[in-house]
Formats: sequence, C-alpha cells, structure tokens
Amino acid sequence: MLEVSGISKSFGGLQAVSEASLKVSEGSIVSLIGPNGAGKTTLFAIISGFLKADSGTVNLYGDALGGLKPFQVCQMGMVRTFQITQPFAKLSILENIMIGAYARIQNPEDAAQEAYKVAEHVGIRVPLESSAADLNVAGRKRLELARALATQPKILLLDEVMAGLNPTEVEEILKVIREIRNSGITIFLIEHVMQAVMSLSDYTYVLNNGRLIASGTPKQVAADPQVIEAYLGQGASKLNQNPAIDA
Amino acid sequence: MNFQKPSWMILGTLILVLLPWILFSEFLISFAVIVLYSATIGHSWNILGGYAGQFSFGSVLFFGTGAYTSSVLQMNFGINPWIGLIAGILMGALVGAFVGFLSFRFGLRGSYFALITLAFAEAFRIIANTVEFTGAGMGIYIPLDQHPLNFQFEGRTGFYYVILALFLIATAITLKLENSRFGSRLKAIRENEDAAEALGINTFRLKMQAIMISGGIGASGGTFYAQYYLYIDPSIAYGVDKSVEMLLVSIIGGMGTVMGPFIGSLVLHLINEISRHFINAPGLSLVVYGVILVLIIGFLPKGLTGAFQSQKKVKRA
Amino acid sequence: MFEPVILVTALINGLMFGAIYALVALGLTLIYGVLHIINFAHGALLMLAMYAVYFLFNLLGIDPYLALLLVIPSFFVLGYLLYRGIIGKLAHGQDQNILLITLGLSVIFENAALFFFKADTQTLNLDYAYEMIEIGPALVTLPKLISFGASIVIGLALWLLMAKTDLGKAIRAVAKERVGARLMGINVDHIFAVSYGIGIACLGAAACLLMPSFYVTPTIGHVFVIIAFTIVVLGGMGSFIGALVGGFIIGITESFGGLFLGESLGQIGIPLIFVLILLFRPTGLFGVKA
Repeated sequence: MLEVSGISKSFGGLQAVSEASLKVSEGSIVSLIGPNGAGKTTLFAIISGFLKADSGTVNLYGDALGGLKPFQVCQMGMVRTFQITQPFAKLSILENIMIGAYARIQNPEDAAQEAYKVAEHVGIRVPLESSAADLNVAGRKRLELARALATQPKILLLDEVMAGLNPTEVEEILKVIREIRNSGITIFLIEHVMQAVMSLSDYTYVLNNGRLIASGTPKQVAADPQVIEAYLGQGASKLNQNPAIDA
Repeated sequence: MNFQKPSWMILGTLILVLLPWILFSEFLISFAVIVLYSATIGHSWNILGGYAGQFSFGSVLFFGTGAYTSSVLQMNFGINPWIGLIAGILMGALVGAFVGFLSFRFGLRGSYFALITLAFAEAFRIIANTVEFTGAGMGIYIPLDQHPLNFQFEGRTGFYYVILALFLIATAITLKLENSRFGSRLKAIRENEDAAEALGINTFRLKMQAIMISGGIGASGGTFYAQYYLYIDPSIAYGVDKSVEMLLVSIIGGMGTVMGPFIGSLVLHLINEISRHFINAPGLSLVVYGVILVLIIGFLPKGLTGAFQSQKKVKRA
Repeated sequence: MFEPVILVTALINGLMFGAIYALVALGLTLIYGVLHIINFAHGALLMLAMYAVYFLFNLLGIDPYLALLLVIPSFFVLGYLLYRGIIGKLAHGQDQNILLITLGLSVIFENAALFFFKADTQTLNLDYAYEMIEIGPALVTLPKLISFGASIVIGLALWLLMAKTDLGKAIRAVAKERVGARLMGINVDHIFAVSYGIGIACLGAAACLLMPSFYVTPTIGHVFVIIAFTIVVLGGMGSFIGALVGGFIIGITESFGGLFLGESLGQIGIPLIFVLILLFRPTGLFGVKA
C-alpha cells in the first residue's frame, strides 16, 4: 500500500538518502533499522511530507504523495510520530489527543469521546485532565502514539517509539502496537531496540549511509553479513556466526 | 474560582449592561469606556498571539486601518460612520489577510513574524503621513455632530453601550474559540507548529483565519476610537504605542485566556488613574506597566488569570 | 534632475549616518549572534545614552566626543547589569520571554525618560557644529566627518577585540557552542552578560557620535529600532561585515529616499527593505543559513 521508489536526498554535499526503495503492504508491520546517522529519520520525513526529496516517488494506495504538505499527507491517512516527542505541553493530555481526533471529527464532544477511547487503548493511566508537561518519558511516548492514532490513520509511521523506555515499558508498548495492527492499521517503524524489531516485524529494511543494504524477514536480516558489518564494523561478520544479535 | 464558568459570565455581562445606572458620574463611565476599549483591542492581539501563538508587534496596523477607513469614508465620501464601522472591520480583516499571507506563505515565525508586523505598521504610518486623503501629517478631524445616527453621542453613556457591544462580541468570539475545534487547533499551532501539521492541521489556513479575526476586532476598536475622540493622525493610528498597549493588556491579564484582556485592561487603567492622582505626569503609569510586564514574564508567565487558576493544578508523575 | 553637488552631498551624508547606524547595528548583531536574542530594548537604550551625552554636555560642559571615554564604559556596565540582573534571570531561557522582557524594558526606559525629561526635543549647541569641510563638490559639517571617522575606528577596535583577544575568543566560542564552551571552563553566563554589555557600549559610542548632528526625545528609540533591525536583517544576523555594509546601504537609502521622495515618503525605503529581506532572504547578505 505504501510504495517508496528511488528516493534520494542530499543536504549540501552530504548524501543523506540514496536511491531508497521499499514497500509496505497493508496490514503488516514493517521496520526500518540501521546504525545511527543512516538516514532513517530523513527518509521518514520525506515520506510524511516534511522534506522534499531530490528525486524518487512516494505512493500511498497508488496516489503520489510527492509535493504534498504534511497535513495533507495526514489527511490521506498516513501519520507520523516524532523521535523526540512533541507534546502540546501547556495543554491537557485530553486536549492533546482531541487535537489528533479533530483531523476527522468536527464536534468537540465526539472528539473527547474518541480521545478517551484511544487513551485507554494505548494505556495512558494518568487522569487525562492533567497537563501533558507532567508526563514522564513513557507517558509522552504513549501520548505521541495516542495523538497519532486519534487521527484514524490507515498507516502509522513510528519513529523510535521505544527509545528511552525500560524493558517493562517496551513490553507494554509492543502489546499496544500489535493491537493497533490487529485493528487494521498498517505500521511502519524506525527502531533501534532489536527485541522490538525481531518480535514485531513481518518484514525489515536495513539502511546504512543512506542506502538500503538488506531486506527480508527479521531473522534473514539478522544473519546477513552486510548488516552485521554495518552495525559492528568491518570484519565483524566473520567473528560471530550466531544470528541472534542484540544491537 | 473559575471566572470563566457560564454563571459568572452571565452575571458579569448583566453588571456591565447595568453599569451606567449603577455609576452616576460621567467620569466613572468614561473610565469604563476606556477599560472596555482597551480590552477589545487586547482581544485582537490575544486571538493571534495568545491562542495562535503568533506574537505581533504591529497590531496597531488593524486599529489604524479601522480608524482611517471609517474616518476617510465619512469625511471624503460622506458615508455614515456606522457603515464605516462595518467597512473598517472588513478592511481590518483584509489587511490582516495581506500581512498574514505574506508572512505565513514565506514561513515567518516567532521573532521574525514580530519584526515584520512592526515593519508593516511603520510602512503604513509613513504612507498615512504622506498621502492626501488621510490628511497626511495633519490627520483627520471629525466635526462634532452629536447624534446616535452619526455614531456620536451626547455624554458618555451612548459610547459606553457601543464599546460594550463590541467588547462582548470580541469576548464571545474568544469564548467560542476556547471550546471549539478551531481554538484547540490554534493552540496546537501555538504549542508546536510542526506537530500540529503532522496531525492534519492546515497551519497556514488557520493562521490566516486567526489574523483576519484579529484584524476585524482591532479595526472595530479603531473606528470606535476615531468616533470617540474625533481625531486621528498617523502616529496615533499606526504608532508603536497602540501595538504595545494591545499586547500589554493581554499578556498581563493572561494571554490565551478569555478574561485576560479585560483583567489586564482593568488593572492597567486602575494603575493609570491611581498614579495620575498622585503625580500628574505623562509616562509614569507606563513605567509601572513596563515593570509589571517584566515581572509577570519573570514570575507569573500565565498572567494574572493564570495566577488564580494554578491553585487548582494537580501535579502528576 | 539634481545637481551633482546635491547628489554627492546626499551620498556623503548617507555614508556618514550609515557609519553610525552600523555602530548601532553592530551592537544588535553581536547580541543576537552570541545570545540569540532580539534586543527590543536597543532603541530605548540608545535614547538613554543620547540623553546621557546631552546632560554631560549641558551640565558638565563635556564635549560629546570626549564623553566617549565616559559613556562607553558606563553603558557597558549598564548592559552587563541589565543582562545579569534582569534579562538573564527572568527569561527562563525562552525566546518569546526575552522578546517581551526587552520590550518591557523599552517601555520602562522610554516612559521614565518621558516622565523625567519631558517630551521636548533636545539638541546640543556645539560651537563647531556648523563648520563646513569641503569634500569634492560637497560641503559636509565637521561633526559628521568626525563621527564618520570615529565610528570606523570604533568598529575596527571592536573587530580587534573579537578577533585578537582572549575575551573575543571566549565570546566567539560561546556563540558557536554553549555547552562545549561551558565544558572548557568558560563562565557562559558571564560571557553572555559581557556580550550584552559590549552591545550596549556600542550604543553609548553611537550616541556620542550622533548627538552633535541629531536630536533626542524620549521616543527617538522607535526610529532607531526599525533602522537597526533592518540593517541587522539585511546584513545577516550575527554578521559584523553585514552590519557595516548594511549600515552604509541603509544610510544611503535613507539619504536618497529623502532626496527623491521627499521628507515624508522618503522614509518608506527602510521598512520596505526590511519586509523584502524578511520575505525573500531572511538570512541577509552575509548571514549563515541556520
């Protein structure tokens, strides 16, 4: 349903992304991994309309997204979260999520109802009237997720949603993400936490220095010597024949 | 106490409507007129700055446009000032659209937006100072002709009810904003424009709507001013002082709140009267205003209304 | 249309005022470059400095050019204290707060001046104010010439300070990388205050150079705020060269604007340039893209 083809982007002299092509099929969970600085967030930004690619196309259900502004991309059913959470700090958690809901809903009461529903699904346990600024990291990640979900997307782009979470919190979020997928939403995520990548994804793409160097099921990718070298350095693939990596 | 509950609002409105009967002196009614007038133009800044987060340092642009539109129509074309009021409001919204279009299309935010509004206001002042039909540097005198149909009244009470109406309309607009989809999305833009975009908000269109509403409200204050004082000139209509007044009352009262502009205006004009009572010299009360502004930013960033509301806040981990 | 004498005079006047405007803008761009704040109090502080020069002359008989020695250091101290005591403390690091606090300060200063000095226009009555010097076909007043020379000298001194001294290096380090500078043992808060102080000291200098040819009222700051901001934006925020070049451009624009469009409309050049730069090239001529 999401087709990215030949995307390239450079900043000044630096080639951030180079000829990246990938597919995300409907109802799947696809992950994008790679070492820091590989260009993953840049690619996300391009796909969601925050950056313009130098070349290449992005298609959602066959419709080209190139040149669309982020809000239009959201209206078409693709919404992204941010690596560094961006809560509406001075507003309540409820209002934060309602703002997401307002993407589809006009009436404040209906938006509030939707917000409560979404908050529960995502597992926000603090009272929704409290300020978003009072949330801890895990709470902010959940809020980010809830807000995006409230826009009733068809595909959700999650940028390192697990970063900064402890193992228990990671488990909880994993459950939530699986439930989201089961409710019919496609998920495309950037992730560093390998446990999440391995257990969640149906398919994985690996980005290194702006290029896609491998793709396949998580198991296949983990055994790929190029991937091992990308993470651990040259020659590392020869050192360890064990396919279960912990990055 | 939450003064924004409907019961308080209704009570407040009732008191304001009956005020001229309660206050016997013309002086007190004049005071009330000034307070409501400042609050009204404060609402103009508040919608764009307090709610949408676009801090304007040139909001006098709207005020002056309203004042000149109705005055020029009246003096040069003999058009009734009530119609001039409507025309002024439309022109204010138009000027807002013009400035907004240029600023937002070119992605100006934060300090850059503040600066460009300053520049536009200055440009308009220079033009008004040069052009014949605005009376150039001499300004425009509106001849005394006290008749309600002429938007002039004997005594203050007539003017009071006009500004009360304008103030109530501006307040009602803000109130509607506060609880609506439009208002929440404006606040989203204020809090984090990129995140707002990511959530499907057409930030350009919403900011344009906010600046046009701001323009219309500011212009209504301008027309009122012209009819009340029967004189405007470029430095009154487009000078920095008004811009500062418009933002001062909102910030000190509490930006992004419904009651902020009114409370800010009340406090500032009370200070003005009190300081004038002791030392009658220009500038003193504004020194106090400036000090209060600095103190509020430093210690009470939510303004005076925020100071009351924060008592209720519950902190959660 | 105009005789060469008039044109050349306008050009030279433009350059002279331009040099002084550049000095004002230098302070503003330094403050922006290091502290990343837009100092809305700039115009009001210049106004205070100009009153200081006025009173030094009228009460103590000190020539404005001699007053440079007094005004520059004292306004440095004023700036330092303002930052350390008020701006730095109350802003809580937020951009929009600093905007409003410096605006608040300008309101305080302007109205305090109004209260104490009244609204009258004040000028200096210098003996040599109208001595004319010939430059080519044009006649220029002596003060303007002295001011031009002095602003070049001061500009150079400032450049030397920033480029060659340890303090200058520290300031540039902080401007580039706050956290790193702190880790190197540089007292960042102190450097911020020093930078602000230097920026205000520039205003003190500019005031001494302006007063012989100009006038002061409590609201004179408004005029200079627009001019200074236009120059800084035109030249590029944080760029010294930009402030100098921008200053000359604006000085000449103002001069020729007045010549060709008349006194009133002639002023439109500046806000017009301001708007155009903000829209089409916000980084300015020499600015670095963020």
